[in-house]
Amino acid sequence: MNLYAVKAIYIYEMNRFLRTIMESLASPVISTTLYFVVFGAAIGSQIEEIEGVSYGAFIVPGLIMLSVMTQAISNASFGIYFPKFIGTIFELLSSPVSYFEIVLGYVGAAATKSLLIGVVILGTAQLFVDITVAHPLMMVTFLLLICISFSLFGFIIGIWAENFQQLQLIPLLVITPLVFLGGAFYSVSMLPEAWQTVTLFNPVVYLVSGFRWSFFGVADVPVMWSLVAILGFTLMCLAAVWWIFRTGYRIRS
Amino acid sequence: MQPIVDVRSLSKTYKNGFQALKPVTLTIERGEILALLGPNGAGKTTLISTLCGITTPSAGTALVGGHDIVQDYRAARRLIGLVPQEITLEPFEPVINTLRFSQGMFGQRRDEAMIEKTLRQLSLWDKRKSRTRELSGGMKRRVLIAKALCHRPRVLFLDEPTAGVDVELRRDMWDIVAQLKADGVTIILTTHYIEEAEAIADRVGVINKGELLLVEDKAKLMARMGRKTLRIDLRDPVDAVPEALAAYDLELGEDGASLLYHYDTRGDGTGITRLLQALTQAGLHLRDIHTDQSSLEEIFVGLVKEDAA
Repeated sequence: MNLYAVKAIYIYEMNRFLRTIMESLASPVISTTLYFVVFGAAIGSQIEEIEGVSYGAFIVPGLIMLSVMTQAISNASFGIYFPKFIGTIFELLSSPVSYFEIVLGYVGAAATKSLLIGVVILGTAQLFVDITVAHPLMMVTFLLLICISFSLFGFIIGIWAENFQQLQLIPLLVITPLVFLGGAFYSVSMLPEAWQTVTLFNPVVYLVSGFRWSFFGVADVPVMWSLVAILGFTLMCLAAVWWIFRTGYRIRS
Repeated sequence: MQPIVDVRSLSKTYKNGFQALKPVTLTIERGEILALLGPNGAGKTTLISTLCGITTPSAGTALVGGHDIVQDYRAARRLIGLVPQEITLEPFEPVINTLRFSQGMFGQRRDEAMIEKTLRQLSLWDKRKSRTRELSGGMKRRVLIAKALCHRPRVLFLDEPTAGVDVELRRDMWDIVAQLKADGVTIILTTHYIEEAEAIADRVGVINKGELLLVEDKAKLMARMGRKTLRIDLRDPVDAVPEALAAYDLELGEDGASLLYHYDTRGDGTGITRLLQALTQAGLHLRDIHTDQSSLEEIFVGLVKEDAA
């Protein structure tokens, strides 16, 4: 195991994050604050409580998840796409490193960054509403799994993408709508019955629901399903990464 | 002693069916400098990329330091340093960080003393805190070389190291190559410039259309390539080479307006002085004279034809 290489990639990726620390942290903080102003204050005053939780607090897990998912994807995808784009990937390919070590470095760094952002958003939310975490251990487990699995997913997108447009495509066209429709800002039970059934096909519902359960003890779907969903997604991403490296897909001709 | 690089029938065919490298067999001895010459697209970079792990071989094997480049890639690649043809550098990092990254990637503990030594050797120490995008093209190339050297490779691949660099850097590069050779490092470089091969190589390989045509001792090859042509433009065209000049084996140029004289710069005498005297004696009036060294491309064409014959 070439741990020096894992460390080199990790430090390098974290340096990239630190170089733009203001942008990296300011944008999720500002957008979270905006969500609070719009959803929490303006709409929340009309809704008051959902299943015994104030609306302002109710949307916090969904907000954290939205930022964590998009940040994990954009960081990890850019991290591996950029060397491909500028050509420095030659160094990765000619180094005595295994694919596993490359993934560990890139995905580890992207997961760390998104975790930090999640924590910062949670801190920001505390300024607006009072939040208690009912199941801290499960909260951390969910958060970690989401950081890791979506960083893996981002890594896959970064390998697949052949231009900057494709890099933006999945987060913009797939993740954001799924999160918005996945009960980040409402309880699934508030929907008409037909739509509730449709919603159950949205994988993000399970993630948001489980994560919210760890905060407030209320869930749209059983917690076990949520765990299965996030573990299943992680395994799918791992399998895809394994296949990419086994075949050299878009990396090594 | 076993060769440091041992290539056995290594070939590369891309998915689209293009055979970039026909089976190559080649051994390179420890501490040797091998120059690979060939026109663009000849397969030089493909050979290097395959040995370094950037592309996977389609068939055949290669050992570096006795380690198979595919089966035992870690041990093989640890010995290798690569300076790529294109300038590819992370633009936003300070120079010194890109060297630290390289050391780490090659599985080495951070060695600031080695980094300093390498940067000083390449006159980059003052630039260590500059971001690479702020550097000139020549400086960037120096950074690429520094990155390749800072993990103490035993085999160094230089892919067109002096393409588009200034005279000073080229001189520095040759000095570094000489220093590395003295330290026992094996160097494989590709180049367009025959002078470069002449200046630093021990052996020269010629690649064309994915095929390694020959690998030969430099001195022998240079002798074959050292032919020049003297072109004499005449004021008044002639129908044939004058009888008086038959001894010089002259060739008649187009329209009879010029005479071509082939000679070898490495011979004891070129015979030019005598030829010019003879021309005057034959009553010919010269309008202009100039010399041509056969270009590398012409030499390659010659070699390919020879190879086919």
